[in-house]
Amino acid sequence: MTTSLVDAESVLAIDLGSVQTRVSLFDVVDGQYHFIAKGTAPSTVDAPFRDVAESVHQALDSLQEITGRVLVDSDAKIILPTKSNGAGVDRLVVTFSAGPEIRVAIAGLLADVSVGSAQNLVRTTYGKIVETIGLNDRRSPELKIDAVLAAKPDLIILSGGTESGANRSVLRLAELILMVCRVLPQEKRPDLLYAGNSTLAKKIQAVMEKWTHVHVAQNVRPTVDVEDLGPAEEMLNEVVGKIRSRQIGGLQSLATISSATPMPASHAFGRIVRFLSKVYDPVKGVLGVDLGASNTTIAAAFAGNVSVNVLPMGMGKNIKAALLEDGISDIMRWLPLHLSESVVRDYLWQKSVHPGMVPYTTETLAIEQAVARRLLQLGIQKTRDNWPQKVISFEPILASGAVLADIASASQSLLMLLDGIQPVGVTTFILDQNGLTSSLGAIGKINSILPVQVLESKAFLNLGTVISPISRSKYGTQILQVRLEYDDGNEEQFKIQQGTIVSLPLQPGQTAHIHLNPLRRTEIDISRKQRANSFRIIGGVCGAVIDARGRPLVLPQDDSRRRDLMKKWRMSLGK
Amino acid sequence: MQAPISHILPLTMIRRARMLPVNGRVLARVGQKVSATDVVADADVSNKHVILNIRRALNLSAQDDLQKIIEHRVGDKVQEGDVIAETSGVFKRVVYAPVSGQIVSISGGQVLLEVQGDHFKLLAGLNGEVTEVIPEQGVILEAHGALIQGVWGNGRINMGMLLNLAQEAGKELTGEMLDVSMRGAVVLGGHCSSPEVLRIGMDLPLRGLILGSMTSELVPVARQVDYPVIVTEGFGIYPINNIAYRILTTNERRDVCLNAVEWDRYTGERPEVVIPLPATGNLAPEVAQFKTGHTVRIKGAPYSKQVVGVLVEMLPGLTLMPNGLRVPAASVRLENNEEINIPLANLDVLD
Repeated sequence: MTTSLVDAESVLAIDLGSVQTRVSLFDVVDGQYHFIAKGTAPSTVDAPFRDVAESVHQALDSLQEITGRVLVDSDAKIILPTKSNGAGVDRLVVTFSAGPEIRVAIAGLLADVSVGSAQNLVRTTYGKIVETIGLNDRRSPELKIDAVLAAKPDLIILSGGTESGANRSVLRLAELILMVCRVLPQEKRPDLLYAGNSTLAKKIQAVMEKWTHVHVAQNVRPTVDVEDLGPAEEMLNEVVGKIRSRQIGGLQSLATISSATPMPASHAFGRIVRFLSKVYDPVKGVLGVDLGASNTTIAAAFAGNVSVNVLPMGMGKNIKAALLEDGISDIMRWLPLHLSESVVRDYLWQKSVHPGMVPYTTETLAIEQAVARRLLQLGIQKTRDNWPQKVISFEPILASGAVLADIASASQSLLMLLDGIQPVGVTTFILDQNGLTSSLGAIGKINSILPVQVLESKAFLNLGTVISPISRSKYGTQILQVRLEYDDGNEEQFKIQQGTIVSLPLQPGQTAHIHLNPLRRTEIDISRKQRANSFRIIGGVCGAVIDARGRPLVLPQDDSRRRDLMKKWRMSLGK
Repeated sequence: MQAPISHILPLTMIRRARMLPVNGRVLARVGQKVSATDVVADADVSNKHVILNIRRALNLSAQDDLQKIIEHRVGDKVQEGDVIAETSGVFKRVVYAPVSGQIVSISGGQVLLEVQGDHFKLLAGLNGEVTEVIPEQGVILEAHGALIQGVWGNGRINMGMLLNLAQEAGKELTGEMLDVSMRGAVVLGGHCSSPEVLRIGMDLPLRGLILGSMTSELVPVARQVDYPVIVTEGFGIYPINNIAYRILTTNERRDVCLNAVEWDRYTGERPEVVIPLPATGNLAPEVAQFKTGHTVRIKGAPYSKQVVGVLVEMLPGLTLMPNGLRVPAASVRLENNEEINIPLANLDVLD
């Protein structure tokens, strides 16, 4: 895509993570926006600094060193806009995932209706539900007040009442919240987000705003059958930004020079996935996965509608969360070498007290990659009910996070993604090797062209196109014939057996026609039964891959056989 | 490059804020000497409320002026049986306080009464002197002595005489090593992998346990015991780092204060052992940069025998690790003079 850049401008994006602060510079080169470079520094969100300014300056120092471009003045302030001598940048955006979890209490009417929708709303951001009160809650009003006070929420979400529905019950809940606010000293009162029956919004705002910050969003449940989280999600993320500004030192002052309100990284990530879903196949949808240190974000978008889920489990501080879900066995089964359960458990605990630690040995790297697979599995399990489609079939899948981008080879990343997500059909895997997706999502608010052009650039790594056929054949049975027809007229043929994963020889960027001949009732793309079995593919860094290991991927019970198989799969994709 | 820092110091000045979770009363005065288990402030932490619907109880209409009928204001303390509201006239109707407490809200014909609750006692956490009082909130304490910051604690506070049961820094602490002569003591062990040891500690009882490491399976038991447990290195099998080991063993039989809070990275509060000493130390820096000559600790595998070394060189660019990763790293000399390359992310400065 070539687009004329009428008001070409450089953009600096600051991403405040819980472990790292990252600054990324984007500018116009040869008429196109490009990612220029990034600088990183350990986060200073926590003590002793408790102010992001220090890590931002360190990351900027690193960026200035890499690019040779002056970005800060003698007072250590970011130069905005660009000066005639080229120093500085034109625009600044900020995203954040750092900070303590935001404690959210929910007040709604029916558990399966407004309360459920409010719970779904919380899952779209860095919130933790600490208390829920509803109409069918048998506790006395006093006990409900006590429960909310004990939960110490940063935010209360009040939902309930369809657009022509209940008034009195919602007002009773508002009265209860009012009492909670009156009991607390001003600095400890939770913000209120009202996302219920819109006819009550003004009344509730008028009464409550004397006591706390009140935010009004559209009804999350306009009718009993319809859940509409979109507008409330936008508002919730604004509220999260405001709460974070009070919690994270230095964020407020960054906000004053930023071109857009600082945005939760998960929300910004979802914006890019939503954008891609408008560009790609509307039937299959686009999937984004971000394995962060504290959270895992899963964003699935279909024809412009995005569903974002933030799970409080990650590769750093919250790495133990994967243990708590189903025990350690679901992590152990993904280890390609023998380690005792206690060694694995101790490592996860050790990592949780030192979240920035990187794996040093083959064993610890294997543990982290096993956890990444488990987190991806859990993420898909917990979110797929929200998707309109039953099968896990997306085009493309966008993956982000240090465990995928920084501490794994391309083939290791691809295998982690395939094992964890287990897609079917034809999927292109794109790796955000520079951790830019959230920044681009935030930049999209102020510059719609830049994200498009950077997404198309080499800043993102095409891992390869993966074809995952579905077959009920026995292990070792031939299920697919593949003919790869290169542009220079050469051809290669492959026989694919059930239970194998095969890398087809295609160089990065090289195009070819692939012809698939499924055998024994093998299906290539069950989400699109009419899809032609011949199509053009572009090679990624892992070439093109046929993943015929079956869905769901069943691992042998026998430990040594399982480990041998995993090593074999890994060798099939190269190191 | 900025480095995480852990204080393992033979003599330093320790300044700590001890704050109440809610506003309350500060009991200590500026200049007062306190010990770790002294209560420096307290507060009524009530999690119980009672709603008195005055309008309904007195059968009043919306037009009735409740301000004249309710005999209290927000903030008033009432005893059980006190009159909260009453109508005038010959046949008075009265609402009494069902429990003792404090009126925290009067609104819409309803009085919200906060029931007198638990008494929260804020312990000093270390032997020292109160240097500042923050009215209704807490105190600033200062002490001089040895300081050893850990990585995990079970949330308890206590103090007692230190007994060393770790003849080597990595020696495993077993149940057989504990006996009744250790009652009321703070025990130093190298590593612990048996829940029985923690239970025996409660039976004796111990006043505290300092470990270099423990297996993570012990966490649930450690959270149950009523004495503080502090882990200095982490989970797995690690010896106590040799600097901490030297400090602790040379101070055997002295009183030690254990504040075994869980490490809160956001506030910076972390588990620590303070050994009050009759000497004056200086305040240690809270920030550090990685520099040649720094004493550093290796936070993870595989250096489970020697966890401390000296940073001899910051390596340029990215360095290849044994598992194939390329990361920013430093060359570290261990005590046995072996030099190894360790990722910077796996080091913290001991200062």
